[in-house]
Amino acid sequence: MREVAIVGAGMTPFGELWTSSLRDLFVDAALGALRDAGADHLDAIYVGNMSGGQFVGQEHLGPLMADHLGMAGVPSMRVESACASGGAALRAAFFEVASGASDLVLASGVEKMNDGADVTGVLATAADQESEVYHGITFPGLYALIARAHMAAHGTTLEDLAAVSVKNHRHGALNPKAQFRGEVTLAQVMGSSLVADPLRLLHCSPVSDGGAAVLLCPLERAREFTDRPIKIRATGMATSAMALADRKDPAYLDAVAAAANRAYEMARLGPTDIDVAEVHDCFAIAELCALEALCFTERGRAGEATRAGETTIGGRIPINTSGGLKSKGHPVGATGVAQAIEIVEQLRGEAGDRQVKDAAIGLTQNMGGSGASSVVHIFERV
Amino acid sequence: MPSPRYWREIPARYRLEGGRCPACGKVTYPTRRVCPECRHEGMEAIALSRHGRVVTFTTIHVAPTEFQMEAPYPMAVVETPEGARLMVQVADCAPDDVKLGLEVALEFRRIQREGRSGILCYGHKAVPAR
Ligand SMILES: [Zn+2]
Repeated sequence: MREVAIVGAGMTPFGELWTSSLRDLFVDAALGALRDAGADHLDAIYVGNMSGGQFVGQEHLGPLMADHLGMAGVPSMRVESACASGGAALRAAFFEVASGASDLVLASGVEKMNDGADVTGVLATAADQESEVYHGITFPGLYALIARAHMAAHGTTLEDLAAVSVKNHRHGALNPKAQFRGEVTLAQVMGSSLVADPLRLLHCSPVSDGGAAVLLCPLERAREFTDRPIKIRATGMATSAMALADRKDPAYLDAVAAAANRAYEMARLGPTDIDVAEVHDCFAIAELCALEALCFTERGRAGEATRAGETTIGGRIPINTSGGLKSKGHPVGATGVAQAIEIVEQLRGEAGDRQVKDAAIGLTQNMGGSGASSVVHIFERV
Repeated sequence: MPSPRYWREIPARYRLEGGRCPACGKVTYPTRRVCPECRHEGMEAIALSRHGRVVTFTTIHVAPTEFQMEAPYPMAVVETPEGARLMVQVADCAPDDVKLGLEVALEFRRIQREGRSGILCYGHKAVPAR
């Protein structure tokens, strides 16, 4: 396989973007990535998207997006793995370049959630319809079941959960692209309305619109497009039982652990080599479980590490410097690519007030459903 | 949902039928074509015990449209003595009564009234064992 680099990145702000359609969000992000690299053509496009069909009644996003980018004719298709669609699109684009099949490939993610759809119902399609959703469970409900199991097994507290939201809002306040740029206090989080006990509103990522895109090419050609290429050191993916009830330990995200192990092995790196990471904090408990599955902390210790400030900018392992899904926003199909863009900015030294000093190696962890799929990527400054 | 889709689930939902792998003994709910543990093809039908214990639980405050009238309602993952795990609502108790390890009976109940046509959909709910 050839070595692969990211040479351009573009994304829209995340939020309730009433004046932008699904295609507008893609085009804005894609043009941003092309301009960043000074590229004028593409060999292929991957569109990460969870549910254009249900959110705005639009499928067949490959040709739609290529057409509206002015690139009808270019091979283009959608990649779907629920909220991990963006990470999966990046992985597909990586392999297309690594294999030698194509040189210039766009990995993108896009979601338009604020167009009148029943968002709770659409998101629930990422769970098992027959054995879970039929009985009345919601997505926050699934993560609440994970949280309750984690609290029982490891003594994780409500303060631990709230500390994740407080930290991510503090980071997101520094991110001009973030949906929520206000800080929140522990008391505000713990006093917000219950969604699915023990999870409250301020433990949950918001409903967002947004697009993100990165341009990939062989590392040996990267200097044609940028003087700060970011190498993709590894990609790892794994799946687990679809239904939460079918997992041996509901408090452990085994697909995240397996995806991470594959990525660490491919990169020949370990968790202590990572300088900065973006993890999939769709709910506060998800960040704690991800920290443990990625081996950034011992199993059961992520809450304690968060409260001690280990995961804040300036801490031992800064997590979600972008503000994470909680504060930056979570347009589901775009999230995996937006995570990669935060790491690209960190490794380029362009993260401004959010910059992690001397960041050289970064990681992203993207996740679908209640953890039934996960994609992990490792990036390196070259 | 279209009737055939509902009918297909009736053995699991009405009779609480699971599957047992004749090769490795793994029990699943509902049954499957292939054993998730050893990939043996062809699980045997098994009637699950109508009781179990709570593995983890929550209370749904923000509910899907079909369940909005019932919120807040507790839900739990329940494990039967055969080792099958089910996602179920917990009924006939206050949310605070649900605890880890709580012994529950699994009772045949109406689960939801679907759509405008109001088709009644059935299945099992957990109730605290008496
Ligand atoms: Zn078996």
